[in-house]
Amino acid sequence: MITSIIHVLLLLLMPPLLMGIINKTKAWFGGRVGASFLQPYYDIIKLMRKGMVYSTTTTWIFRIGPIVTLVALLIAGLLVPMGPFSAPVTFTGDLILFAYLFGLSRFFTTAAALDTGSAFEGMGSAREVTFACFSEPALFFVFLVLIKISGAFSLTPMLHGPMEGFSVAIAAPVVLIAIGLFIIMLAESCRIPVDDPNTHLELTMIHEVMVLDHSGPLFGVISYTAAVKLFILSTVLLHILMPFQLQSDWINWLLQIFGVMGIAVLVGVVESVMARLQMQHVPYLLVSALLFCAFGFILLVR
Amino acid sequence: MVSLNLILGAIAILCVSGFPALLFSSRSNHGQRLTTFLIAVGSVLGLSGAGLFLASGNAVSIQLRWQLPWGNFSAALDVLSVVFLSLIFIVPLLGSVYGLEYWKQSEHPENGQKLGVFFGLLAGSMALVVVARDSILFIVAWEIMALSAFFAATVEDDNCSVRQAGWVYLIATHIGTLCLFAMFILWSQFTGSFELSPVLTMSSKAAGTLFILALIGFGFKAGIMPLHVWLPGAHANAPSHVSALMSGVMLKMGIYGIVRMTQLIPVTDIWWGSVLLIIGIISGVAGIVFSISQNDIKKMLAYSSIENIGIICIALGLALLGRYQGRSDWVFLGFGGALLHVVNHGLFKSLLFFNAGTVIHVMHTRDINQMGGLAKKMPLTMILFVLGAIAICALPPMNGFMSEWLIYIGLFKTITGDAVQSLPFAALGAVALATIGSLAVAAFVKLAGAVYLGNPRNELINHAEESSPVLLVPMCICAVLCLFIGVYPLPVVNVLGGATNLWARSTEPAMSVLHIAPLQLICIIAAVLLSAIIFFLLVFRLWPGKNDIAKGTWDCGYARPTDKMQYTGSSTGDTLVKLFGFILWPVSQKPEISGAFPRRFSFKSVVNDTILDKIILPFFRFAGHYLPMVRVFQMGQTHTYVLYILIIIIVLLIVGF
Repeated sequence: MITSIIHVLLLLLMPPLLMGIINKTKAWFGGRVGASFLQPYYDIIKLMRKGMVYSTTTTWIFRIGPIVTLVALLIAGLLVPMGPFSAPVTFTGDLILFAYLFGLSRFFTTAAALDTGSAFEGMGSAREVTFACFSEPALFFVFLVLIKISGAFSLTPMLHGPMEGFSVAIAAPVVLIAIGLFIIMLAESCRIPVDDPNTHLELTMIHEVMVLDHSGPLFGVISYTAAVKLFILSTVLLHILMPFQLQSDWINWLLQIFGVMGIAVLVGVVESVMARLQMQHVPYLLVSALLFCAFGFILLVR
Repeated sequence: MVSLNLILGAIAILCVSGFPALLFSSRSNHGQRLTTFLIAVGSVLGLSGAGLFLASGNAVSIQLRWQLPWGNFSAALDVLSVVFLSLIFIVPLLGSVYGLEYWKQSEHPENGQKLGVFFGLLAGSMALVVVARDSILFIVAWEIMALSAFFAATVEDDNCSVRQAGWVYLIATHIGTLCLFAMFILWSQFTGSFELSPVLTMSSKAAGTLFILALIGFGFKAGIMPLHVWLPGAHANAPSHVSALMSGVMLKMGIYGIVRMTQLIPVTDIWWGSVLLIIGIISGVAGIVFSISQNDIKKMLAYSSIENIGIICIALGLALLGRYQGRSDWVFLGFGGALLHVVNHGLFKSLLFFNAGTVIHVMHTRDINQMGGLAKKMPLTMILFVLGAIAICALPPMNGFMSEWLIYIGLFKTITGDAVQSLPFAALGAVALATIGSLAVAAFVKLAGAVYLGNPRNELINHAEESSPVLLVPMCICAVLCLFIGVYPLPVVNVLGGATNLWARSTEPAMSVLHIAPLQLICIIAAVLLSAIIFFLLVFRLWPGKNDIAKGTWDCGYARPTDKMQYTGSSTGDTLVKLFGFILWPVSQKPEISGAFPRRFSFKSVVNDTILDKIILPFFRFAGHYLPMVRVFQMGQTHTYVLYILIIIIVLLIVGF
């Protein structure tokens, strides 16, 4: 029970902090002091207190989009275990629900963008649905590797699999899927080198360009949801990067918190040292993620 | 016994339902109403028969006196038939009600009655196919079905493209029937009768031949790639409620054929399942990629039917592998998932075709690039479309997710277990399914965006109105059924357990699907998802907002945007079309733009069916060019043909003795 409460609290409260850490890391690389770690929280609170500007072109899809996305991702977050603890909701086949909740959020985000009738936002949705066609199969290769290692069909035992049954035979596949998963995480949460969350040059963006017309509380929900997505994906990645646990529960929770923060630093480092890819080269990066995961699978079952 | 009699009665009523209307004037709507009433009576009879059967649970069969040579009128009812019958008794009824407004007799005096006759005949003959237990009866019903579908789909035969699509369909369906003739003749050779009853042992060569013939013969009807060439054209050119019936139900008759044949013969080789799995992957991925590349609303839906048939084939392949390997969990998840997807696709595809019909009714075009902004004018139609799109993309909480979920777990199970029992390559089906799923989201987001969202691209939309209740009610019923199966699939899944046991010939008591896959938990999650969305919407509604303002789309401050500047359907799909260019072969005419003040140019880009354009049509052209000498024998005079028959019989007599 306590585990579930801590899980939900972390899921709800921690995500914006990751954004703060990424920005701080980037500032540090750029030789600046940077905004406070808590700045994303202030931004979201500020947005929630503002009024909204709607486009007259839009319909209910535009308003419902961010909310469905948030709900879908929060439920997906309940399926992913943190540290050595079991997820609040776990059952056979929950990994499929996890992947398809991401699909549901994608459907509504892109439909809401197309609802504005602007070519910029159309461009963003077209890119989002296109790139997902590479990251989704890659994610399923990751699942297959984890299922093979753990012999289970549920996210909690699957993600604990590398920790419990670690052997030399699974080392190479796990490393390969970790690389693949890291690229998927960058693409899905729209970070450099796939997408640049800071630029205002609409022609080069994916996620930011889809939400150009959202404002006020709805935009606050969108910013929060983006952070939640990053948090969930880095939790998944953390299990594969850090397949060990310690004796004390409290230390394990701290390990989880600092681990996720470490991944945020890693994302910040990648953003500082790399440039965004040309849009037509993004599929190559995603295909390479797909190949990493596929080779991991082949190594394991050969 | 009563249940089968009820169903045979229903079949008779459905078959003749269109004929009384011929007595009425072709300009009054009374005849059409009578037809719909008769279809309703037939469907209610049939559904109550199916319900009675499920309540009692015993297989029933009947033999009527029939004086045709070889054949018997032998019909039977089992759980497998009932699953398909439930679709056959629901979709035509909804389609017929829909037709009351969509294809009003008074507006189509020249072909309304013809459509009514063949619509009923199509529904009745499909039901007969499902209960027939004799090869001859089966093939007769199959031909009536194929031909009535041809006449129902080509009612607008004054239109050249309709005629052409009709011919392609007719040729394709008859090549399929030819394979079925061969299959049933071999069947009678191997088993000694035309009776379709399960065979316990069969040599692997004989069973393999039957399986291949069934796969090709029924595959033409189901529309698996590359036998799908007739499908997009026929679906696009038929009236929308006929498309719904063809796509939602008639394609499933092909699946039924494969399912029935594999039930009758023992699975003797491992390659059966592998072949079906690979065919499924090809049809699924290529089908949805073609769907994205189209700009005709009905062609998009038609290609997405090929994709869904692919998903069903993946699941059936898994079930066949499971039967061969003796893994009952694969069989249950694969076959149960396949049957559930048959039902689900029948429901949501009918919903989407009805929906496309209402849009075409308003717009008088099928080109999605001419549409846009319909959401404001037709809000209810839009909501129904979104529900159908969520279902077809297999997203929770609609029914498509349930069937794919079962199939996924089944595919995942293929990599666990020891080396003898596991088949890791089959798990690639799961990756293919994920690819199909994400491409489906792309296709339906494109469709939603181009048709319903944004600003109108066409004057006509400003005069559009919400569809009439006669059109909305059938769609609502489909949507409610989809949502019901998505949130509470348990009753349906229990029926599927029985069907799976019958198909797998397992003597063990029915394995509970719930034991392998916790569907009851999924129900709770679906309910939580729905209620959480509603809760957050309420919170959002009540949020203390400060003076919300309504303005035009910001568009990065561009001052004079026009409706033509919006992202069209083609532009949304463009990147994917280019990435999959090696399958699609897009043809585009790109003008050379030069000078500071270029002239007006037009740009055109289409994706044709690669297999039809690059393989089949060149082959027929080649044949037409080089084979005319054979035509000497084809004089067009019946008595000459009879003479040929006489000569051949005499030759056979001489050779035979």
